[in-house]
Amino acid sequence: MDIFLVEAMVNGLLLGGVFALLALGLNLIFGVIDVVWIAYTELMMAGMYAMFWLYAKYHWPFLAAAAAAIAVVAVLGLLTHFLIIGPILDAPPINQLLATGGLLFFLQSFATLLFSTEFRNIGVRLPTLEVAGMFISVARLLAFGVSLIGVGCLYAFLKRTYWGVAIRAIAQDRQIIGLMGIDQRRVYGMTSAIGGALAGLAGCLLVLQYDVHPFIGLSFGPILFMICVLGGLGNMLGGLAAAFIVSEIIAVGGFYVSIDLSYVLAFVVFIGLMFWRPRGVFTR
Amino acid sequence: MPRRCLVLELAKVSAGYGAFRALFDIDMSVRAGEAVGVIGPNGAGKTTLMRVISGLIRPRSGSITFDGQSIGGKRAHQVVATGIAHVPENRRLFPRLSVEENLKIGAFVPAARAQLAFRLASMYELFPPLKERRNQLAGTLSGGEQQMCAIARALMSGPKLLLMDEPSAGLAPVVVDQVFDLVQRIRTEGFTVLIVEQNVQGVLDVVDRAYLLEVGTIKLTGAAAELREHQFVRQAYLGM
Repeated sequence: MDIFLVEAMVNGLLLGGVFALLALGLNLIFGVIDVVWIAYTELMMAGMYAMFWLYAKYHWPFLAAAAAAIAVVAVLGLLTHFLIIGPILDAPPINQLLATGGLLFFLQSFATLLFSTEFRNIGVRLPTLEVAGMFISVARLLAFGVSLIGVGCLYAFLKRTYWGVAIRAIAQDRQIIGLMGIDQRRVYGMTSAIGGALAGLAGCLLVLQYDVHPFIGLSFGPILFMICVLGGLGNMLGGLAAAFIVSEIIAVGGFYVSIDLSYVLAFVVFIGLMFWRPRGVFTR
Repeated sequence: MPRRCLVLELAKVSAGYGAFRALFDIDMSVRAGEAVGVIGPNGAGKTTLMRVISGLIRPRSGSITFDGQSIGGKRAHQVVATGIAHVPENRRLFPRLSVEENLKIGAFVPAARAQLAFRLASMYELFPPLKERRNQLAGTLSGGEQQMCAIARALMSGPKLLLMDEPSAGLAPVVVDQVFDLVQRIRTEGFTVLIVEQNVQGVLDVVDRAYLLEVGTIKLTGAAAELREHQFVRQAYLGM
């Protein structure tokens, strides 16, 4: 097989890791609270800016800046829930979509106001490895590895802790959760913070590969929503699988045609699959 | 009867949904160690009564006291902490959690969580089939086993009062008998039970007293044996 094709596939796999992380966050929030945060990749953008600010401007150590950036976005997640979703929790879904869509424009404008539309780079240069004639960026490898660790930690949390089981339970039957002695509002708050933290983590990883600017969320948002719908909204395992499928289509498509057309290809495949299984490929 | 023996007391409780009123001035009490039934036709407000006691909906007016404290304005998760557990209608297990996870969730309140291992062991002793199926998803259990699991999940919180909403609904006739046997066993374990049922015959055999609820008001109340012989109950509910 062509070594460049293999390289493209490896890159697709590595890209899939970060998308898997983002899809997991979005699906978690949808599964538990039953709302779609349209502004999810804008929260990720906020994480990238937090990273840029703390690391490049104030020269915090990298890990400390990353931890702070994740915490900042977790708080943004909490605020998103309690300020925006909370008051319209029982409103029709379209209102919730519009409200988080409004948040998207708000965050973009706010970032433009603070940082202008300039592209910012945190100035970390990670090397490129040469493995068997393929070139693999360490930044991508790191993003992939840390994303998988993030996914694993979330899995362990949902599986092994009391609150994790409560989060899974509420996704299955929200009406009777109070009868178990569980405060629904606290579970929602916790879920929103975790969802925010995952977006923040993705931001910390992506800021090593991409320049940050106020509209970077738009480069990831549409693909992310496509992934989530393909896997079945709220279906975490489906989202993970779909993240890798879509990333591979984009990477391998980019190898055969061009990177721009590969996104078109991904959407064509997506539309085709939606005709076949409108509720998500991995929906039971 | 000394006052501290009184577990649950409803005084002039009204409740409803939106413009619809489902309960009108309900007076009711359950004493420690008693099993009390609420019977009545579909739409009489039986489920609403359960929901208002456990805090899923708020009463419009009236007071609900439990173990000496007012619980009328509390939310459901706070009511559980005071010692009331509610087995909801249609069991409502979490189908994609295992049996053991369902039981674990039942012991979410801090006081119960501290005794998790002990509680699990005693539930498995009380309901051996659940022990066999502890790692199975709750959605794969049979109807009778699901009811067992739902009752065990409620008991995990260590309640002073167990509310049961239509435990026999939707089950095969053989299983219905098993469910009433279960209720009987829970009674002998010393739990105080308030049980809502459409199966009048079945429930009157396991409770001490009962209330007859019709269109949101209490029509009749008395000892189970009395109601079984009551002319109106016999004609309307026992088909005699």
